[in-house]
Parts: sequence; C-alpha cells; structure tokens
Amino acid sequence: MQFFGVPFTVFGDDSLQYLNTVLAKRAFIVTDKNITKLGLIELVGAELKAANIEYKVFNGVEPDPSIQTVEKATAIAKDFKPDLFIGVGGGSSMDACKSTMVCYCAGIGPLDMSPSDFYNLRAKARLICIPTTSGTGSEATWAIVLTDVEGQRKVALGSYETLPDVAILDPRMVMSMPPNVTGSTGMDALTHAIEGYTATWRTPFTDGPGLIAIKYIFENLKKACDNGKDEEARKYMMYAACQAGTCFGNGMAGLAHSCGHALGGIFHTPHGVAMGLFLPYTMEYIANGSEESLQRYAQIARFCGIAQGSDKECCKALIAAVRKLMKDIGQSPSVKDLKIDKDKYVKAMTELVDRAVNEAMTIAVTRIADNNDLEKMFMCAYDGKPVDF
Amino acid sequence: MAVFGTLEWATAFMNAINASKPYEDAAKTWEGDFYFIIEPGGAVKEPGYQYVDLWHGKCRKVDVIPAAEKDKYKPEFVLSASIATWRKVAEKKVDPIQAIVTRQLKLTGNMGKVMRAVKAAQELVNCVTQVKTEYPE
Repeated sequence: MQFFGVPFTVFGDDSLQYLNTVLAKRAFIVTDKNITKLGLIELVGAELKAANIEYKVFNGVEPDPSIQTVEKATAIAKDFKPDLFIGVGGGSSMDACKSTMVCYCAGIGPLDMSPSDFYNLRAKARLICIPTTSGTGSEATWAIVLTDVEGQRKVALGSYETLPDVAILDPRMVMSMPPNVTGSTGMDALTHAIEGYTATWRTPFTDGPGLIAIKYIFENLKKACDNGKDEEARKYMMYAACQAGTCFGNGMAGLAHSCGHALGGIFHTPHGVAMGLFLPYTMEYIANGSEESLQRYAQIARFCGIAQGSDKECCKALIAAVRKLMKDIGQSPSVKDLKIDKDKYVKAMTELVDRAVNEAMTIAVTRIADNNDLEKMFMCAYDGKPVDF
Repeated sequence: MAVFGTLEWATAFMNAINASKPYEDAAKTWEGDFYFIIEPGGAVKEPGYQYVDLWHGKCRKVDVIPAAEKDKYKPEFVLSASIATWRKVAEKKVDPIQAIVTRQLKLTGNMGKVMRAVKAAQELVNCVTQVKTEYPE
C-alpha cells in the first residue's frame, strides 16, 4: 500500500479571495513579524473579515522555529479556540502552524507527533497554508521541521493529518521577495524536485510533479531574480515550488538535504542556500556510483531540453546547468564562499558527518554514503572542487 | 535456523548486535528500549512481544513476552507490524525509517529521537540479516 496526498490547491491572481468561501468562525494565523510588516497579513485579514471570520495573529515565528515557539503559539490558540489554522509565510511559519494545530487539536507536545498515530484533527480545525516564498513547498507536504534549541538540531516530524486542506498560491504574496531570497528559496525548490525525482522512495505519482517543477524552475528562476516584477516568472516559480513539494513530500528528499541540514544546524546557513550549494556535489557523488540515478538525471536533462546525448553526457550537462543557474542568480557555489572559516569547518567535520549520516534522506538515495565519503564530499563542497569519486 | 518472534531468535539477534562494530559505532549514544510487536494475522494467532533493550551500542537484554504479560516492561518505544512487514524490513525490501513514515511499521514513542538514529537503525537491520530466520507464515 502506498500513498499520494495533495492539498486542494487554489492558484493564480486573487487566489486569496478563496478565503471568502471558507466556512469557519475563528481563524488562528501563524506567521512572522516580517510578513506582518510587509502588509501581507492585512490582505489575508481583509478576506477573513469579508467572510465574517474572526481571527487572531501569532507573528512570533523565527527562522528555523523552535519547539518553544510552537508551545507559545499553542497556549494562545487554546485561549482563542480556533476552528481554522492559517500558516502564512515561508517554511518556518507554515511548519510552526502545522505543529501548533497538532498540539492544539490533539493535546500533545510537538515532539509527540508520529505518522503512525491518528489524531482526528479535523474534528476541531482545518488547515490552510499560504506561502510567501517559492521554495519550501511546505504548503503541499505533511512534513514539519522544528529546531531543538538545546540539542542545536533540526527535528523532522509530521503526521499525515498535517497535510494542509488547502494551499493558496496568490502571486501577490511573493512579489516583494528580494532577489537573494528568491534565489535561495528557488534553489531549495530545485533541490526538492531533483532529489524527489531520483529518491528511492519515489513513486509513479511523484515523477510528474518533479519533472514539471524542474522545467519551470530552469525556465523561470533567473527571470524572477533579475526582475522581481515579472509576474509570469513569479507565478511559475510558485507553482514549481508547490509541485516540487508534492514530489518530495510524497517521496523523499536526498543527500543535499542531509548535508545542508548538517551545515545549517552548526553554522546557521539559511536553508535554501545550503540546499542549493550541496546539490551539484551530491548529484556528482550519486551519479558516480549509481547507474539508476545517472539515468534519472539524464531523463531530467532531456525533458528540460538541456542535452540530448548519452546518459553520461546528459547527466553531466544537467549538473553543469545547475551550477550555471546558481552562478547566474548569485548563489554561493562553495562553503568557502559563505565565509565559513576553514579551521572551524574542519573541526566540526565529525559532527557534520555524524548529522548527515543520521538523516533519513541519506538512505533514500541510490548510493548511500559512508562516513569517509561524506567527509570527502564536505571538503569538495568547501573548496568548490567537483566530486570525482 | 530460529523462528522469528521466539526467544531463540531474539537471543541470536542480541548476539548479532553485540558482535557488530558498525552498530556499536552508529549507536554509541543511543539509549532506549523497544517492544517489537508482531500483530496477529496468518499463522500468528495472538500478538507477540519481543523486548529489546539497546544501550550505547550494545544490546543489554532481550525477552519474549506473551500478550497477557505485556505490562512486564515499559519500553520507551513500541514498533508494531504484521509478520509480512517485519519480513520486508528484515530482508531489506523496505528500510525501517521508510516503513515508519509510510505507516507500515507503527511507532509509539518520540519520532524525533528515532529519526536522529537513522544509521543505527540501518545497522540494526544489518544485524537482523545475520540471523538465519524462519518466518511463521
């Protein structure tokens, strides 16, 4: 038995108007201060008011939200008694919203949730996610990433019931993203799609969204970075990020995520920056030892019109295209470029490898890296050297 | 050849764990005991409880409990599945983390803690493959 889940997806101009049609009495909005400052919560609030839905805003979500933040939001939700949760923001806000909903509806702590359990969350509330970046894909997945501040670790959690009921992709919500955020979140989406398409957990239902997302990203990410007012590019990046979320959320991400999480956990590198950075190195590593993934990379290259030769040529061209895209949008090609001190990096190597090897994504790829290979790959990524082993 | 779910099998599993250097390395900080429950179905008429206590890269104790005595231990984690699913995991047809995430293996306990011990889980499965196993199907 296998599953494939997607939220009801509302997209395109004025999609926020869908909130007018929602049957709810009290909505609890989970977001961050920056989104509030940009006036985006006012747009959401206006639609809720028009539908006579009372709402309360919790805007205390920080980047890489902590368990404590979720507990704070849950305490406020308990007083407010919502029947609708709305996550507005990037992955941090949407993940914090999902967790808050579970804690409020099921009466459990954030770390207690498990995909094995049934909570019947919908007896109390429903969930809408509205992304303000085009990268995380959290609006299309049940996955949640929180930060355990004490252990300085990211914790992957989730329940099938945390798949949003509705994802609203309104281009107005992403138009104000600055180029660097557009670039790093876009690379995150590309990583989701490429890793989802090649993961060993992939299914016949994840191939389509993965391929389409990759194509849209190659066609639109540079345009969206060069000209943030390019509505068409913004829209397609939003759609791509959501479909990339559908792809990896119903399958799995891969080794770039494992390495990126490790780096981010120790050096606090933004999620999208770390993902994009490791993507070409991990693709090289996997392709060097797996005929299956080499063929899948080649399929991507052909589908996107990047190359039309042998599998090896196409795979090489795809990895080159990823590096070129990163360069074109100003993303760091190596850890060295992030201004991380080499001595500190080398000193942290045991911890980096230990964290990466213990990520579920590390075993969801066709070539499973051992500690030695991971260490060599981390060093290649530091120096910007291709992975030739 | 030991029958999966029997004390003979559990003891062989413990021996395989304690002989495994890769497991010892991967699980050097792990502290947590389990019930591995075989759900009724097919040849399995009533649930089978295998108790496995894992501590700092070693297995300290195993036991096999009849369902009526399931309160004998209060393990931190419970993993429950049909014999067919246990067999798929043991024969590496599905990895244990994937089995948990896709609800084939039902986990009770702190999911976050388990998700941080992926390598140890993999090595534990490698230990299972060291035991010559017969399945009651």
